[in-house]
Amino acid sequence: MLELVGAWLLRPNVVAFVILFLSGFYIMVTHHNLIKKVIGLYILQTSVIFFLVAFSAKTGATVPILLPGADPVDVGLYTNPLPHVLTLTAIVVQVATLGVSLALVSAIYRQYGSLDEDEVGKRLE
Amino acid sequence: MIQAHDSLIVLILGRGLIPVTQLFGLYVLFSGQQGPGGGFVGGVILATSMLLSLLIFGTDASQSRLAHRALHGDGVGLLLFVFVGGLCLIGGGEVLNYAALEIPGLDVAARRYLGIVLTQIGVALDVAVTGVSIVFSLSASNGDSHA
Amino acid sequence: MTFAFEIPLLVLLILTAASAMLVKDLVSSVFILGSYSFFLALVWAWLGAVDVAFVEAVVGAGLATVLFLLTLFGTNPKDTRLRRPPTPWAAIVGLPLLGLLLMYGANGLPEFGDPASPASTHVSPVYLANSLKDTLTPNVVTSVLMDYRSFDTLIETAVIFTAGVACALLLRRDQG
Repeated sequence: MLELVGAWLLRPNVVAFVILFLSGFYIMVTHHNLIKKVIGLYILQTSVIFFLVAFSAKTGATVPILLPGADPVDVGLYTNPLPHVLTLTAIVVQVATLGVSLALVSAIYRQYGSLDEDEVGKRLE
Repeated sequence: MIQAHDSLIVLILGRGLIPVTQLFGLYVLFSGQQGPGGGFVGGVILATSMLLSLLIFGTDASQSRLAHRALHGDGVGLLLFVFVGGLCLIGGGEVLNYAALEIPGLDVAARRYLGIVLTQIGVALDVAVTGVSIVFSLSASNGDSHA
Repeated sequence: MTFAFEIPLLVLLILTAASAMLVKDLVSSVFILGSYSFFLALVWAWLGAVDVAFVEAVVGAGLATVLFLLTLFGTNPKDTRLRRPPTPWAAIVGLPLLGLLLMYGANGLPEFGDPASPASTHVSPVYLANSLKDTLTPNVVTSVLMDYRSFDTLIETAVIFTAGVACALLLRRDQG
Protein backbone atom coordinates (compact mmCIF):
# COMPACT_ATOMS: atom_id res chain seq x y z
CA MET A 1 0.00 0.00 0.00
CA LEU A 2 2.78 2.40 0.98
CA GLU A 3 4.74 1.76 -2.18
CA LEU A 4 1.58 2.44 -4.20
CA VAL A 5 1.36 5.92 -2.61
CA GLY A 6 5.07 6.42 -3.32
CA ALA A 7 4.45 5.49 -6.95
CA TRP A 8 1.68 8.12 -7.11
CA LEU A 9 4.04 10.80 -5.77
CA LEU A 10 6.33 10.12 -8.72
CA ARG A 11 3.39 10.74 -11.08
CA PRO A 12 1.65 13.96 -9.90
CA ASN A 13 0.33 14.45 -13.45
CA VAL A 14 -1.77 11.28 -13.21
CA VAL A 15 -3.16 12.26 -9.79
CA ALA A 16 -4.23 15.69 -11.12
CA PHE A 17 -5.69 14.05 -14.24
CA VAL A 18 -7.80 11.61 -12.21
CA ILE A 19 -9.20 14.37 -9.97
CA LEU A 20 -10.08 16.63 -12.93
CA PHE A 21 -11.54 13.72 -14.93
CA LEU A 22 -13.74 12.62 -12.04
CA SER A 23 -14.99 16.16 -11.29
CA GLY A 24 -15.91 16.68 -14.95
CA PHE A 25 -17.61 13.30 -15.09
CA TYR A 26 -19.47 14.04 -11.83
CA ILE A 27 -20.90 17.26 -13.27
CA MET A 28 -22.02 15.48 -16.43
CA VAL A 29 -23.72 12.66 -14.50
CA THR A 30 -25.46 14.49 -11.65
CA HIS A 31 -26.51 17.93 -12.93
CA HIS A 32 -29.78 18.43 -14.78
CA ASN A 33 -28.97 21.74 -16.44
CA LEU A 34 -27.78 21.32 -20.04
CA ILE A 35 -25.23 24.17 -20.00
CA LYS A 36 -23.77 22.83 -16.72
CA LYS A 37 -23.38 19.47 -18.46
CA VAL A 38 -21.45 21.18 -21.28
CA ILE A 39 -19.18 22.79 -18.63
CA GLY A 40 -18.50 19.32 -17.21
CA LEU A 41 -17.75 18.02 -20.70
CA TYR A 42 -15.25 20.86 -21.18
CA ILE A 43 -13.42 20.01 -17.91
CA LEU A 44 -13.34 16.33 -18.92
CA GLN A 45 -11.87 17.10 -22.35
CA THR A 46 -9.19 19.41 -20.97
CA SER A 47 -8.23 16.80 -18.35
CA VAL A 48 -7.59 14.23 -21.09
CA ILE A 49 -5.53 16.77 -23.06
CA PHE A 50 -3.56 17.54 -19.87
CA PHE A 51 -2.87 13.80 -19.47
CA LEU A 52 -1.47 13.61 -23.01
CA VAL A 53 0.68 16.74 -22.78
CA ALA A 54 2.19 15.70 -19.43
CA PHE A 55 3.82 12.72 -21.15
CA SER A 56 5.88 15.06 -23.33
CA ALA A 57 7.86 16.44 -20.38
CA LYS A 58 11.48 15.37 -19.95
CA THR A 59 13.62 16.30 -16.96
CA GLY A 60 16.13 18.97 -17.92
CA ALA A 61 14.56 19.67 -21.31
CA THR A 62 13.28 22.96 -22.71
CA VAL A 63 10.62 24.04 -25.24
CA PRO A 64 10.78 22.30 -28.66
CA ILE A 65 12.07 25.31 -30.59
CA LEU A 66 15.56 24.55 -31.88
CA LEU A 67 18.40 26.86 -30.89
CA PRO A 68 20.36 28.36 -33.82
CA GLY A 69 23.56 26.72 -34.91
CA ALA A 70 22.91 23.36 -33.31
CA ASP A 71 24.12 20.70 -35.72
CA PRO A 72 23.65 17.85 -35.00
CA VAL A 73 20.68 18.51 -32.73
CA ASP A 74 20.96 17.27 -29.13
CA VAL A 75 17.64 15.44 -28.82
CA GLY A 76 17.70 15.25 -25.01
CA LEU A 77 17.64 19.04 -24.79
CA TYR A 78 14.09 19.46 -26.13
CA THR A 79 10.73 18.08 -24.95
CA ASN A 80 8.83 15.60 -27.08
CA PRO A 81 6.91 17.67 -29.71
CA LEU A 82 4.51 14.94 -30.83
CA PRO A 83 1.91 15.18 -27.98
CA HIS A 84 1.92 18.97 -28.47
CA VAL A 85 0.97 18.56 -32.13
CA LEU A 86 -1.80 16.06 -31.38
CA THR A 87 -3.32 18.22 -28.63
CA LEU A 88 -2.97 21.54 -30.48
CA THR A 89 -5.51 20.47 -33.08
CA ALA A 90 -7.60 18.72 -30.41
CA ILE A 91 -8.07 21.99 -28.46
CA VAL A 92 -9.27 23.92 -31.51
CA VAL A 93 -11.58 21.07 -32.54
CA GLN A 94 -12.81 20.93 -28.95
CA VAL A 95 -13.91 24.56 -29.10
CA ALA A 96 -15.57 24.04 -32.50
CA THR A 97 -17.54 21.07 -31.13
CA LEU A 98 -18.30 23.14 -28.01
CA GLY A 99 -19.91 25.65 -30.38
CA VAL A 100 -21.99 22.86 -31.95
CA SER A 101 -23.13 21.55 -28.57
CA LEU A 102 -24.06 25.05 -27.39
CA ALA A 103 -25.96 25.55 -30.67
CA LEU A 104 -27.86 22.32 -29.96
CA VAL A 105 -28.63 23.58 -26.43
CA SER A 106 -29.96 26.88 -27.75
CA ALA A 107 -32.03 25.11 -30.40
CA ILE A 108 -33.56 22.94 -27.63
CA TYR A 109 -34.21 26.09 -25.55
CA ARG A 110 -36.00 27.79 -28.45
CA GLN A 111 -38.15 24.75 -29.10
CA TYR A 112 -39.06 23.76 -25.52
CA GLY A 113 -38.34 26.89 -23.44
CA SER A 114 -36.23 25.21 -20.78
CA LEU A 115 -32.64 24.18 -20.04
CA ASP A 116 -33.60 21.47 -17.53
CA GLU A 117 -33.48 18.01 -19.05
CA ASP A 118 -36.42 16.75 -16.97
CA GLU A 119 -38.57 19.69 -18.09
CA VAL A 120 -37.59 19.09 -21.71
CA GLY A 121 -38.44 15.40 -21.32
CA LYS A 122 -41.86 16.27 -19.88
CA ARG A 123 -42.63 18.69 -22.73
CA LEU A 124 -41.57 16.11 -25.29
CA GLU A 125 -44.36 13.74 -24.23
CA MET B 1 -28.45 40.20 -32.27
CA ILE B 2 -25.93 42.21 -30.26
CA GLN B 3 -26.56 45.88 -29.44
CA ALA B 4 -23.82 48.49 -29.27
CA HIS B 5 -22.18 49.00 -25.89
CA ASP B 6 -23.30 52.21 -24.14
CA SER B 7 -20.05 53.06 -22.34
CA LEU B 8 -17.87 55.73 -23.98
CA ILE B 9 -14.68 54.23 -22.50
CA VAL B 10 -15.37 50.86 -24.11
CA LEU B 11 -16.19 52.45 -27.48
CA ILE B 12 -13.00 54.53 -27.62
CA LEU B 13 -10.76 51.77 -26.27
CA GLY B 14 -12.21 49.33 -28.78
CA ARG B 15 -11.47 51.69 -31.66
CA GLY B 16 -7.79 51.65 -30.69
CA LEU B 17 -7.59 48.00 -29.65
CA ILE B 18 -9.02 46.33 -32.75
CA PRO B 19 -6.22 47.29 -35.23
CA VAL B 20 -3.59 46.27 -32.65
CA THR B 21 -5.29 42.89 -32.26
CA GLN B 22 -5.34 42.39 -36.04
CA LEU B 23 -1.66 43.28 -36.31
CA PHE B 24 -0.80 40.91 -33.46
CA GLY B 25 -2.80 38.12 -35.13
CA LEU B 26 -0.87 38.58 -38.39
CA TYR B 27 2.43 38.64 -36.47
CA VAL B 28 1.58 35.40 -34.63
CA LEU B 29 0.47 33.78 -37.90
CA PHE B 30 3.70 34.55 -39.75
CA SER B 31 6.09 34.01 -36.83
CA GLY B 32 4.79 30.49 -36.27
CA GLN B 33 7.92 28.96 -37.78
CA GLN B 34 10.40 30.78 -35.55
CA GLY B 35 8.54 30.79 -32.26
CA PRO B 36 5.28 29.76 -30.61
CA GLY B 37 2.24 30.54 -32.69
CA GLY B 38 1.06 29.47 -36.10
CA GLY B 39 -2.10 29.06 -38.11
CA PHE B 40 -4.50 27.97 -35.37
CA VAL B 41 -3.57 30.69 -32.85
CA GLY B 42 -3.24 33.40 -35.49
CA GLY B 43 -6.64 32.51 -36.92
CA VAL B 44 -8.31 32.67 -33.51
CA ILE B 45 -6.70 36.06 -32.74
CA LEU B 46 -7.90 37.41 -36.11
CA ALA B 47 -11.39 36.08 -35.27
CA THR B 48 -11.14 37.75 -31.84
CA SER B 49 -10.45 41.12 -33.46
CA MET B 50 -13.63 40.79 -35.52
CA LEU B 51 -15.58 39.58 -32.46
CA LEU B 52 -14.41 42.66 -30.52
CA SER B 53 -16.03 44.93 -33.11
CA LEU B 54 -19.19 42.81 -32.99
CA LEU B 55 -19.38 42.90 -29.18
CA ILE B 56 -18.49 46.60 -28.84
CA PHE B 57 -20.26 48.28 -31.76
CA GLY B 58 -23.09 45.76 -32.30
CA THR B 59 -23.78 43.47 -35.23
CA ASP B 60 -25.33 46.10 -37.49
CA ALA B 61 -22.75 48.87 -37.05
CA SER B 62 -20.59 49.97 -39.95
CA GLN B 63 -17.49 49.00 -37.94
CA SER B 64 -18.61 45.34 -38.13
CA ARG B 65 -18.62 45.19 -41.94
CA LEU B 66 -15.41 43.15 -41.93
CA ALA B 67 -17.04 40.38 -39.88
CA HIS B 68 -20.02 40.28 -42.27
CA ARG B 69 -17.70 40.11 -45.26
CA ALA B 70 -15.61 37.40 -43.61
CA LEU B 71 -18.67 35.14 -43.55
CA HIS B 72 -18.59 34.98 -47.36
CA GLY B 73 -15.14 33.40 -47.11
CA ASP B 74 -16.43 30.27 -45.39
CA GLY B 75 -14.46 27.34 -46.77
CA VAL B 76 -11.83 29.40 -48.61
CA GLY B 77 -9.15 28.38 -46.09
CA LEU B 78 -9.92 24.69 -46.49
CA LEU B 79 -9.87 25.12 -50.30
CA LEU B 80 -6.44 26.82 -50.10
CA PHE B 81 -5.12 23.91 -48.04
CA VAL B 82 -6.48 21.34 -50.53
CA PHE B 83 -5.20 23.46 -53.45
CA VAL B 84 -1.63 23.34 -52.12
CA GLY B 85 -2.00 19.59 -51.68
CA GLY B 86 -3.20 19.29 -55.27
CA LEU B 87 -0.26 21.35 -56.56
CA CYS B 88 2.05 18.80 -54.95
CA LEU B 89 0.14 16.08 -56.78
CA ILE B 90 0.65 17.92 -60.09
CA GLY B 91 4.36 18.26 -59.34
CA GLY B 92 4.71 14.49 -59.20
CA GLY B 93 4.72 13.85 -55.45
CA GLU B 94 2.17 12.64 -52.94
CA VAL B 95 -0.60 14.86 -51.60
CA LEU B 96 0.87 17.57 -49.32
CA ASN B 97 4.45 16.49 -50.02
CA TYR B 98 5.72 20.07 -50.40
CA ALA B 99 9.04 18.93 -51.84
CA ALA B 100 7.20 18.31 -55.12
CA LEU B 101 5.99 21.93 -55.50
CA GLU B 102 7.20 23.04 -58.96
CA ILE B 103 8.84 26.37 -58.13
CA PRO B 104 12.06 27.13 -60.04
CA GLY B 105 15.00 28.49 -58.10
CA LEU B 106 14.15 26.93 -54.75
CA ASP B 107 15.75 23.86 -53.23
CA VAL B 108 13.76 21.19 -51.43
CA ALA B 109 14.00 22.68 -47.92
CA ALA B 110 12.87 26.13 -49.12
CA ARG B 111 9.93 24.56 -50.97
CA ARG B 112 8.84 22.80 -47.81
CA TYR B 113 9.19 26.10 -45.89
CA LEU B 114 6.97 27.81 -48.47
CA GLY B 115 4.43 25.00 -48.31
CA ILE B 116 4.21 25.37 -44.53
CA VAL B 117 3.60 29.15 -44.88
CA LEU B 118 0.82 28.66 -47.46
CA THR B 119 -1.01 25.97 -45.50
CA GLN B 120 -0.71 28.01 -42.28
CA ILE B 121 -2.54 30.87 -44.06
CA GLY B 122 -5.23 28.39 -45.13
CA VAL B 123 -5.70 27.08 -41.59
CA ALA B 124 -5.81 30.63 -40.17
CA LEU B 125 -8.50 31.72 -42.67
CA ASP B 126 -10.60 28.64 -41.93
CA VAL B 127 -10.36 29.02 -38.14
CA ALA B 128 -11.05 32.78 -38.22
CA VAL B 129 -14.12 32.47 -40.43
CA THR B 130 -15.47 29.54 -38.41
CA GLY B 131 -15.06 31.45 -35.12
CA VAL B 132 -16.98 34.46 -36.47
CA SER B 133 -19.61 32.19 -38.02
CA ILE B 134 -20.27 30.30 -34.77
CA VAL B 135 -20.65 33.59 -32.87
CA PHE B 136 -23.11 34.89 -35.49
CA SER B 137 -25.11 31.67 -35.21
CA LEU B 138 -25.24 31.74 -31.41
CA SER B 139 -26.21 35.42 -31.28
CA ALA B 140 -28.92 35.14 -33.95
CA SER B 141 -32.31 35.23 -32.27
CA ASN B 142 -35.53 33.90 -33.73
CA GLY B 143 -37.05 36.93 -35.41
CA ASP B 144 -34.34 39.09 -36.92
CA SER B 145 -32.36 38.39 -40.06
CA HIS B 146 -28.80 39.40 -40.65
CA ALA B 147 -25.61 37.91 -42.02
CA MET C 1 11.93 15.90 -6.04
CA THR C 2 11.76 19.64 -6.64
CA PHE C 3 8.12 20.62 -6.64
CA ALA C 4 8.53 24.20 -5.39
CA PHE C 5 5.86 25.93 -7.45
CA GLU C 6 4.44 23.08 -9.50
CA ILE C 7 2.29 21.73 -6.67
CA PRO C 8 0.60 25.14 -5.99
CA LEU C 9 -0.19 25.41 -9.71
CA LEU C 10 -1.81 21.98 -9.76
CA VAL C 11 -3.72 22.79 -6.54
CA LEU C 12 -5.00 26.05 -8.07
CA LEU C 13 -6.08 24.11 -11.17
CA ILE C 14 -8.04 21.60 -9.10
CA LEU C 15 -9.52 24.36 -6.89
CA THR C 16 -10.84 26.31 -9.90
CA ALA C 17 -12.30 23.12 -11.38
CA ALA C 18 -13.97 22.29 -8.05
CA SER C 19 -15.45 25.79 -7.71
CA ALA C 20 -16.74 25.64 -11.29
CA MET C 21 -18.43 22.44 -10.15
CA LEU C 22 -19.89 23.78 -6.88
CA VAL C 23 -20.92 27.35 -7.75
CA LYS C 24 -24.71 27.83 -8.01
CA ASP C 25 -24.83 30.60 -10.61
CA LEU C 26 -24.10 29.63 -14.22
CA VAL C 27 -22.53 32.97 -15.25
CA SER C 28 -19.98 32.86 -12.42
CA SER C 29 -19.36 29.21 -13.25
CA VAL C 30 -18.45 30.22 -16.82
CA PHE C 31 -16.05 32.92 -15.60
CA ILE C 32 -14.40 30.47 -13.20
CA LEU C 33 -14.03 28.11 -16.16
CA GLY C 34 -12.16 30.88 -17.98
CA SER C 35 -9.72 31.22 -15.07
CA TYR C 36 -9.38 27.41 -15.03
CA SER C 37 -8.31 27.54 -18.70
CA PHE C 38 -5.76 30.22 -17.84
CA PHE C 39 -4.21 28.15 -15.05
CA LEU C 40 -4.14 25.21 -17.44
CA ALA C 41 -2.20 27.38 -19.91
CA LEU C 42 0.28 28.23 -17.12
CA VAL C 43 0.72 24.53 -16.31
CA TRP C 44 1.41 23.76 -19.97
CA ALA C 45 3.93 26.57 -20.26
CA TRP C 46 5.68 25.03 -17.25
CA LEU C 47 5.66 21.62 -18.96
CA GLY C 48 7.43 23.16 -21.98
CA ALA C 49 4.42 23.05 -24.30
CA VAL C 50 4.43 26.74 -25.28
CA ASP C 51 2.34 26.28 -28.43
CA VAL C 52 -0.37 24.38 -26.56
CA ALA C 53 -0.33 26.97 -23.76
CA PHE C 54 -0.76 29.76 -26.34
CA VAL C 55 -3.71 27.99 -27.98
CA GLU C 56 -5.36 27.26 -24.63
CA ALA C 57 -4.94 30.86 -23.41
CA VAL C 58 -6.48 32.27 -26.60
CA VAL C 59 -9.08 29.61 -27.38
CA GLY C 60 -10.06 28.23 -23.97
CA ALA C 61 -9.99 31.40 -21.91
CA GLY C 62 -11.13 33.69 -24.74
CA LEU C 63 -13.33 32.14 -27.38
CA ALA C 64 -14.96 29.42 -25.25
CA THR C 65 -16.00 31.97 -22.61
CA VAL C 66 -17.56 34.19 -25.31
CA LEU C 67 -19.51 31.22 -26.72
CA PHE C 68 -20.81 30.22 -23.26
CA LEU C 69 -21.82 33.81 -22.45
CA LEU C 70 -23.61 34.30 -25.78
CA THR C 71 -25.65 31.16 -25.12
CA LEU C 72 -26.43 32.28 -21.55
CA PHE C 73 -27.52 35.76 -22.67
CA GLY C 74 -30.02 34.19 -25.05
CA THR C 75 -31.82 32.46 -22.18
CA ASN C 76 -34.15 33.65 -19.43
CA PRO C 77 -32.39 34.13 -16.02
CA LYS C 78 -34.91 31.86 -14.27
CA ASP C 79 -33.87 28.96 -16.49
CA THR C 80 -30.20 29.27 -15.58
CA ARG C 81 -30.87 28.85 -11.86
CA LEU C 82 -29.58 25.43 -10.84
CA ARG C 83 -31.83 22.83 -9.26
CA ARG C 84 -29.95 20.54 -6.87
CA PRO C 85 -31.60 17.11 -6.79
CA PRO C 86 -30.17 14.47 -4.42
CA THR C 87 -27.03 12.85 -5.79
CA PRO C 88 -27.76 9.32 -7.07
CA TRP C 89 -26.07 6.59 -5.03
CA ALA C 90 -24.61 5.09 -8.23
CA ALA C 91 -22.49 8.24 -8.66
CA ILE C 92 -21.36 8.22 -5.01
CA VAL C 93 -20.22 4.60 -5.23
CA GLY C 94 -19.19 4.38 -8.88
CA LEU C 95 -17.01 7.46 -9.32
CA PRO C 96 -14.56 6.70 -6.45
CA LEU C 97 -14.33 3.13 -7.75
CA LEU C 98 -13.51 4.46 -11.23
CA GLY C 99 -10.91 6.75 -9.64
CA LEU C 100 -9.31 3.86 -7.76
CA LEU C 101 -9.19 1.83 -10.97
CA LEU C 102 -7.47 4.69 -12.81
CA MET C 103 -4.99 5.21 -9.97
CA TYR C 104 -4.23 1.49 -9.90
CA GLY C 105 -3.44 1.66 -13.61
CA ALA C 106 -1.12 4.65 -12.98
CA ASN C 107 1.48 2.22 -11.63
CA GLY C 108 2.25 0.88 -15.10
CA LEU C 109 2.79 4.32 -16.66
CA PRO C 110 6.23 5.94 -17.01
CA GLU C 111 7.31 8.33 -14.26
CA PHE C 112 6.77 12.06 -14.69
CA GLY C 113 9.60 13.64 -16.69
CA ASP C 114 11.28 10.35 -17.57
CA PRO C 115 13.51 10.98 -20.64
CA ALA C 116 13.54 7.26 -21.52
CA SER C 117 9.75 6.83 -21.59
CA PRO C 118 8.42 4.99 -24.68
CA ALA C 119 6.66 8.11 -25.99
CA SER C 120 9.93 10.08 -26.07
CA THR C 121 12.16 7.45 -27.68
CA HIS C 122 10.11 6.10 -30.58
CA VAL C 123 9.56 8.65 -33.36
CA SER C 124 9.96 12.11 -31.85
CA PRO C 125 13.83 12.14 -31.91
CA VAL C 126 13.63 11.80 -35.71
CA TYR C 127 11.45 14.92 -35.95
CA LEU C 128 13.71 16.87 -33.58
CA ALA C 129 16.88 15.91 -35.44
CA ASN C 130 15.63 16.56 -38.97
CA SER C 131 13.24 19.52 -38.71
CA LEU C 132 15.78 22.30 -39.27
CA LYS C 133 17.60 20.41 -42.05
CA ASP C 134 14.46 19.34 -43.93
CA THR C 135 12.19 22.36 -43.66
CA LEU C 136 14.29 25.32 -42.32
CA THR C 137 11.76 25.57 -39.47
CA PRO C 138 13.18 25.87 -35.92
CA ASN C 139 9.76 25.38 -34.29
CA VAL C 140 9.42 21.59 -34.42
CA VAL C 141 5.74 21.70 -33.46
CA THR C 142 4.90 23.73 -36.57
CA SER C 143 6.95 21.56 -38.90
CA VAL C 144 5.39 18.33 -37.58
CA LEU C 145 1.90 19.87 -37.64
CA MET C 146 2.12 21.33 -41.15
CA ASP C 147 4.63 19.11 -42.95
CA TYR C 148 5.29 15.66 -41.49
CA ARG C 149 1.68 15.12 -40.39
CA SER C 150 -0.16 17.66 -42.55
CA PHE C 151 -2.80 15.19 -43.75
CA ASP C 152 -4.00 14.93 -40.14
CA THR C 153 -4.19 18.73 -39.97
CA LEU C 154 -6.13 18.85 -43.26
CA ILE C 155 -8.83 16.60 -41.83
CA GLU C 156 -8.92 18.60 -38.56
CA THR C 157 -9.46 21.75 -40.62
CA ALA C 158 -12.32 20.00 -42.40
CA VAL C 159 -13.81 19.13 -38.99
CA ILE C 160 -13.65 22.80 -37.90
CA PHE C 161 -15.32 23.90 -41.16
CA THR C 162 -18.05 21.29 -40.66
CA ALA C 163 -18.65 22.51 -37.09
CA GLY C 164 -19.18 26.07 -38.35
CA VAL C 165 -21.62 24.88 -41.01
CA ALA C 166 -23.48 22.71 -38.46
CA CYS C 167 -23.96 25.70 -36.13
CA ALA C 168 -25.34 27.80 -38.97
CA LEU C 169 -27.69 25.00 -40.03
CA LEU C 170 -29.00 24.56 -36.47
CA LEU C 171 -29.64 28.20 -35.61
CA ARG C 172 -29.88 30.23 -38.82
CA ARG C 173 -32.00 28.01 -41.04
CA ASP C 174 -35.11 30.21 -41.26
CA GLN C 175 -33.19 33.31 -42.32
CA GLY C 176 -32.08 34.37 -45.75
